[in-house]
Amino acid sequence: MNRSRFDFAVGLFVALGLLALVFMALKVGNLADFGETGGYLIEARFDNIGGLKVRAPVKSAGVVVGRVEAIGLDRDTYEAVVLLRIAPSFKFSKDTIGSILTSGLLGEQYIGLEPGGDPTMLANGDRLGKTQSAMILEKLISQFLFSKAAETPAKAP
Amino acid sequence: MMGQSLYDFFERRGRAVRVGIERLGIAARFTGALLGVLLQAIRRTALIIRELYFSGVRSLLIVAVSGVFVGMVLAVQGYEVLQRYGSAESLGVIVALSLVRELGPVVTALLFAGRASSAVTAEIGLMRATEQLAAMDMMAVDPMARVVAPRFLAAIFSMPILTLIFSSAGVIGAWIIGVRLIGIDDGAFWSQMQANVDLRIDIVNGLIKSAVFGVALGLVSVFEGYFAAPTAEGVASATTRTVVISSLAVLLLDFVLTVMMFRGLS
Repeated sequence: MNRSRFDFAVGLFVALGLLALVFMALKVGNLADFGETGGYLIEARFDNIGGLKVRAPVKSAGVVVGRVEAIGLDRDTYEAVVLLRIAPSFKFSKDTIGSILTSGLLGEQYIGLEPGGDPTMLANGDRLGKTQSAMILEKLISQFLFSKAAETPAKAP
Repeated sequence: MMGQSLYDFFERRGRAVRVGIERLGIAARFTGALLGVLLQAIRRTALIIRELYFSGVRSLLIVAVSGVFVGMVLAVQGYEVLQRYGSAESLGVIVALSLVRELGPVVTALLFAGRASSAVTAEIGLMRATEQLAAMDMMAVDPMARVVAPRFLAAIFSMPILTLIFSSAGVIGAWIIGVRLIGIDDGAFWSQMQANVDLRIDIVNGLIKSAVFGVALGLVSVFEGYFAAPTAEGVASATTRTVVISSLAVLLLDFVLTVMMFRGLS
């Protein structure tokens, strides 16, 4: 085998490696997302965020439009303060409702945005007016039990 | 009589320990000499490309095929467990993370140890046995720069490339089983994967792992070959030692690197 054949084979090998890298970065990894610093930030306050984590997706109508940038606690009101980074191509109205939802019964938690009809759009640093906290399974069960207990005597003859 | 055999026993143990430590010292000196000629060797690209061909390109097929099958096995096993908890769509994440973080670098390194490192040891060992290395020395050609360093560098360069190909093939294999045959939703498979595989934390760390394994594999293979006993038996046992030591070194390094990279991440 002469030298140019080696060069060709190794060139092909390296090209295949680069192809695999691109595949890994774009298809398997999350490079295809808009950059870490792109987009604009909006703030949302929740009574309880449940198991929401940083980098959880922000979805509207099921489409990922951004990610959770940071999670903090307001020292005065004891509300959870969640910063959302939204891709620059998506605009949402001022009266958008943000709620913490779960994909599947035990799946990961994400923030769902439901836009309203306000003609003015949310800009960088704005706060969501209406939010809905995470559904906490234990609370739901205890509510259900209490309501069951409350309605039993009424049914009794 | 009894005293004599006991004496022999301790003498043999003692010699084994002494020889082991001596070998470690020789390895350290050898590594130093290798690093000394590395800058000089890296400029001789034609030699490195030749070794990249024999170590990297020739390992391509076994690595790609193994990757597909490992991915397929992961998909079948992962699906069995995940569907019990009703989260079969997470299959993509499980497969991709296991491949990118652990199985990709480690299995590629083990395959590389068997496929390429053993060949390098046998080749250099045979050069030593047939006195080609001594002949080079006579002609004022440094065998370290001409023979050893290019093979060492080729291992370092091929390992990350082979690992990337292994992991990609594995993901594709898992996709064939999970999406095509089992029928998991295509969109969920990829989107969950993309949402949970981080470029920096997972993919880049996996590549760093594979490059470190490349250094270990390259070093072991050239060292064992260079200091192989110049007999047929010597070359054979050096080749065996390369595979054994490389595999153990890779698994050990993997533990250390995993603890350094991934502990306490989430």
